[in-house]
Amino acid sequence: MSEELVVRKIRDGTVIDHIPAGQALNVLRIMGIKGFEGNRIAIVMNVESKKLGKKDIVKIENREIAPEEINKIALIAPNATINIIRNYKVIKKEKVTLPDKIKNIVKCINPTCITNQERESIIPAFKLISKNPIILLCEYCERYLLQEDIIRQFE
Amino acid sequence: MFKGRDVLSILDFKRDEIERIFEVSNEMKKILTKGKSNLLEGKILATAFFEPSTRTKLSFETAMQRLGGSVIGFSEPSISSIAKGENISDTIRMLDSYADIIVIRHRLEGVAKLAAEIANSPVINGGDGTHNHPTQSIIDLYTIWNKFGKIDGLNICVLGDLKYGRAAISFIHGLTLFNPKKIFLVSPQLLKIRQEVRDFLKSIGLNIYETESLEEVLNDIDVLYVTRIQKERFPDPAEYEKVKGSYRINIEMLKNAKDDLIILHPLPRIDEIDINIDYTKYAYYFKQAANGIPVRMSLLALLLGAIE
Repeated sequence: MSEELVVRKIRDGTVIDHIPAGQALNVLRIMGIKGFEGNRIAIVMNVESKKLGKKDIVKIENREIAPEEINKIALIAPNATINIIRNYKVIKKEKVTLPDKIKNIVKCINPTCITNQERESIIPAFKLISKNPIILLCEYCERYLLQEDIIRQFE
Repeated sequence: MFKGRDVLSILDFKRDEIERIFEVSNEMKKILTKGKSNLLEGKILATAFFEPSTRTKLSFETAMQRLGGSVIGFSEPSISSIAKGENISDTIRMLDSYADIIVIRHRLEGVAKLAAEIANSPVINGGDGTHNHPTQSIIDLYTIWNKFGKIDGLNICVLGDLKYGRAAISFIHGLTLFNPKKIFLVSPQLLKIRQEVRDFLKSIGLNIYETESLEEVLNDIDVLYVTRIQKERFPDPAEYEKVKGSYRINIEMLKNAKDDLIILHPLPRIDEIDINIDYTKYAYYFKQAANGIPVRMSLLALLLGAIE
């Protein structure tokens, strides 16, 4: 069953497609959407996908995703597609991309990493080691940050 | 090539740069036989030791003084402004304005990188948590190079805490700059190298062999690098209790060892090496500790631009 049969099209806003099955709620968390903002939001989970087997889709009415949010989404949905909708038409379609360096989005999980010292002003920075599964390397303590560690930070 | 550089990791250097440090260290040994030199007269070294240290701190201080420079710093955060609540960044800013070069040690990983980002003066990592101890690994490599005239082609075994031991991890990283025949990594299951390190070694195609049994490899090796299982690095004390005292080297174990085997240890040791080994030809750990002075003299002179 296509998602159009489950949720109708939106007039203006953002459709995030090709989210790994089960990650739709985390995508909303990453975007800081809690449900009190007033936008109409549709979440479709576990629908069939040729690419992913199963996938989630998120539709947010009257909110266009900001460029800085796109990299955040890539951290948990590396194959996601962002569709910007105006007047029922897709005016921009963009695949998320993971940059080689990720700054100030996620935190290192090593408690004795200098970046976790509140009294020091340091921007956490990571190198991308692997895209699938996502593995980041802290540029300060050189410990791995795995996909599950990243997801946990947004839960 | 060296002037003004920070030393945060052994991997900041290329092989030819490490070999240059070895050559200059040999020259520094000659200075030491004379007593001292005025090569760094007027220069000031700041030692910011937020964590206990004997060898690293004293050998840096000795190295600076042997080259005619002077030293400021602290080894007890309790008597510095840290005790008043000053953060590390501000302490580094101050030291940077007082000194020409800074050595920092701290229990937190990544602190030297932070210091290097703040300071204009060169920053040397004197050990940051479980992460890096680059000057120790240069000393370790220099000791092997002095004994065998090479590092390439040797069978090298690293024993003990390979998970939290910064000296061991830095030494393994340092070996990747050369072409050892084989690297044997011997540790209890709980203290095997971290995945990050394993992946790095794999990515450069290094030939490693991991085992829990020292006996299995002892007779094939040229260098045995022993490390202490460090209680202070364990996040969970129960984990330490499971592995403490895992390895103890005694003379009996060495009966079939290669004739020119050398045993290294970054020190301090507790009971990993029987003291009776101190009097055998295998014991190289005191020579290794003594090499700390010429190697650190060499680094100070190169980073401060007194030698190219």
